Amino acid sequence: MMFETMRVEKPDAVAKPKPYDGLLARAARPEGRYRPVTTLVTDEQEDWTALVFRVRDHQDRAAFAALFRHFAPRVKGFLMKSGASEQLAEECAQDVMATLWQKAGQFDPTRASVATWVFTIARNRRIDALRKARRPEPEDLTWGPEAEPDQAEVFEVQQESERLGTALAQLPQKQRELIERAYYGDLTHSEIAAETGLPLGTIKSRIRLALDKLRQHLDVKAQQE
Amino acid sequence: MTIRHHLSDQLLMAYSAGDLPEGFALVIATHLSLCDECRARAGAFDAVGGAVVEDGFCSMSDGSLEACLSRIDGLSQITPRPRQAKGIIPAPLVDYIGGGLADVKWRPLGFGAKQAILRMSDRGASVRLLSIPGGSAMPEHSHRGTELTLVLQGAFRDETDRFGPGDIEVADDNLEHTPVAEEGQTCICLAATEAPLRFNRLIPRLAQPFFRI
Repeated sequence: MMFETMRVEKPDAVAKPKPYDGLLARAARPEGRYRPVTTLVTDEQEDWTALVFRVRDHQDRAAFAALFRHFAPRVKGFLMKSGASEQLAEECAQDVMATLWQKAGQFDPTRASVATWVFTIARNRRIDALRKARRPEPEDLTWGPEAEPDQAEVFEVQQESERLGTALAQLPQKQRELIERAYYGDLTHSEIAAETGLPLGTIKSRIRLALDKLRQHLDVKAQQE
Repeated sequence: MTIRHHLSDQLLMAYSAGDLPEGFALVIATHLSLCDECRARAGAFDAVGGAVVEDGFCSMSDGSLEACLSRIDGLSQITPRPRQAKGIIPAPLVDYIGGGLADVKWRPLGFGAKQAILRMSDRGASVRLLSIPGGSAMPEHSHRGTELTLVLQGAFRDETDRFGPGDIEVADDNLEHTPVAEEGQTCICLAATEAPLRFNRLIPRLAQPFFRI
């Protein structure tokens, strides 16, 4: 074999950092900078959000390299399962990572984990590369995400995303495969089952709160102008 | 804007997974621009995509990181101007119209009704803007497969309910409906219909514009 075969990693039951108390977190935060939620940095627990912010704020190449090592092979695997040849998947994974570098300022950790954000970039690249179609996106809510998001909110979105990953891994195999095939672009909308068996309610509520906050900021700004 | 009619989980998941024809994706992106509830639900489905990406793995070839590092050397970070609505036309639709309501190239359908077909890069679904004077019925049409209708201005009623600004009606081919625009303001809708591909092949190209409604 020229390349490694796919391997499916089961999320390990790693010790998760405790959520900060909102007020304490705010008081402890250094001026103008987001601080990593965890200091224990292993491959499984890397604080991807902090790395994306280092790319955004300092064009930090070491942070980018760490993101690349983790996400590029995953994007490549995702695209190959979506029907791309190995060469195309490799090229597109490079494109996706270059986009991550360029658009780091648009990542909003109160609405998505880094993995989710990377997925949306990879999905759009796939639609463009394999279907030669455009991907209509909803309109932007603001001039960009807050430079200093609330740590507790970031942590909760992160934690909910991980929970979703665990729940996906625990689904009966047939059900999980059906969901995966949908995300590999392998199903039409009428073949998709509306009932996923995944706990989507909590993460939806978190994202909804973040959207409400963004709207409030926009209203305040509109009144000031 | 009080939105009462939302998207189904099935369509939101298909949108998030990137499984929809461009025309359906456009109507959904336009609805999400108006409806934070559905936008949050779409975000939850994106998170499922994140979990799927985390789960697969295929090693990159040797030197790929170095190649990417030298590539980003020449790349500056970009902060695109946020895409904003033009009046009642949300941003994703502005991209396809090439402007706001005043820039739509309407074609008359008779009895004061007008339509404008929007060009998509795939043929999975055809999309049109409809303008129906208050009190008039929508032009007779049948659809095979799913049809999405999003109200941008005014309102319409059919056998199922009333649909106002931001509301989206998801109709399958079982639904025989005769939408009628509410008295008063002209009703402006964005509608996408699964393209009847077999149909197109049998009909001469010239006749197509008449059948696309």
